[in-house]
Amino acid sequence: MFISPAYAETAPAEGATHTETGTAHEGASGVFPPFDSQTYPSQILWLVITFGLFYMLMQKVIAPRIGSILEQRHDRIAQDLDEASRLKAEADAAVEAYEKELAAAKSKAGSIASTARDEAKAKADAERAAVEADLTAKVAAAEARIGEIKAKAFTEVGTIAEETASAIVEQLIGATVSEGELKAAVSAAKEA
Amino acid sequence: MSNDPTHQFVVSPIVPIEIGGIDFSFTNASLFMVATVAVASGFLYFSTSSRGLIPGRTQSVAEMAYEFIASMLREGAGTQGMKFFPFVFSLFMFVLTANLLGMMPYFFTVTSQIIVTFALALLVIGTVVVYGFYKHGTHFLHVFMPPGVPALLLPLVSAIEVVSFLSRPISLSVRLFANMLAGHITLKVFAGFVASMGALGAVGVGGAVLPLLMTVAMTALEFLVAFLQAYVFAVLTCMYLNDAVHGGSH
Repeated sequence: MFISPAYAETAPAEGATHTETGTAHEGASGVFPPFDSQTYPSQILWLVITFGLFYMLMQKVIAPRIGSILEQRHDRIAQDLDEASRLKAEADAAVEAYEKELAAAKSKAGSIASTARDEAKAKADAERAAVEADLTAKVAAAEARIGEIKAKAFTEVGTIAEETASAIVEQLIGATVSEGELKAAVSAAKEA
Repeated sequence: MSNDPTHQFVVSPIVPIEIGGIDFSFTNASLFMVATVAVASGFLYFSTSSRGLIPGRTQSVAEMAYEFIASMLREGAGTQGMKFFPFVFSLFMFVLTANLLGMMPYFFTVTSQIIVTFALALLVIGTVVVYGFYKHGTHFLHVFMPPGVPALLLPLVSAIEVVSFLSRPISLSVRLFANMLAGHITLKVFAGFVASMGALGAVGVGGAVLPLLMTVAMTALEFLVAFLQAYVFAVLTCMYLNDAVHGGSH
């Protein structure tokens, strides 16, 4: 409800309800206090003074101060985050270098092992080949000798047979058999 | 003391001052304006005096208020609107502190005076108009010509826009004033019921429990309203400043 000052000032004289509220007011003019225009100049003046002062204080001191506090904190946090990410990058680089070296060492160890194995294998192969060649040579020599002895033995078999045969013939019949006959007889017996 | 619920809004002089026949007395209203400014700036000043990197409780509150208004202004009027930050922050803190101080018993509520809220609203609209014309010249008038409106409807729409623009200071000031006024009157009326029913004897004392509970609930509600109206005042100021900053180009 909007009571104009002019209406409100005349209101007390008009009706009972208006009189009741009107007389209760202790303001100078008996108007509903917030609409008492007599207080306006003073209120505006003091509002301008106080709010103007407040605004100036806010602009010159308080807002820059809180702003700088927040900015400082923001900067500090950003700085700390940068530092943290820098340290993390360093740690990552260190881990990477370590893993690279580890891999290099592993591959080096592998190559050393494989060369050692290859060398040992080659050496063993060579030794085995030498031994085998030696053995083969020895076997061949032995076989040759055996063949020789066998051949020699075969040739001597005839002689022994002939001697034995002449000795047997002599004992049995007391006659000497000619060498030619003996040889023919022995070779005939050999072939039979 | 008077039981009249409007007695609390009476402005009475403390130090009478009269200049050129006009009354400029230092009144109880003036006293509470000074108190509001003293409390608000004192709180903001001393809570941040340690400039702690890790804020204490009061510094947190001051920073929260700062960031609350800063983000509100940035969302409402963009980064270009941030030059009005001290203005909006002053308005918000002044209205909020005045509202909260008004919640104290026997304290005068500065914002329950229509002339105070109207002066603040005019200050906002005045800032918008002056800065708008300063920044955009006559282009500021594009605020009254929304883009994409058919030429035939433009006069009508512009007329509506002008009326809505002119009603802004009224709605802005009356909203705050009426909320504070109505809340305080309601509180006073219910509290008055408690006293007058309590005077009626045992039955009255029993019955007085209801308005007492109502008074307690209303007090809580009024604290909410005190904050909410300061918030609304600041939000609307940001929205109006957006017009000044961006002209009719939005």
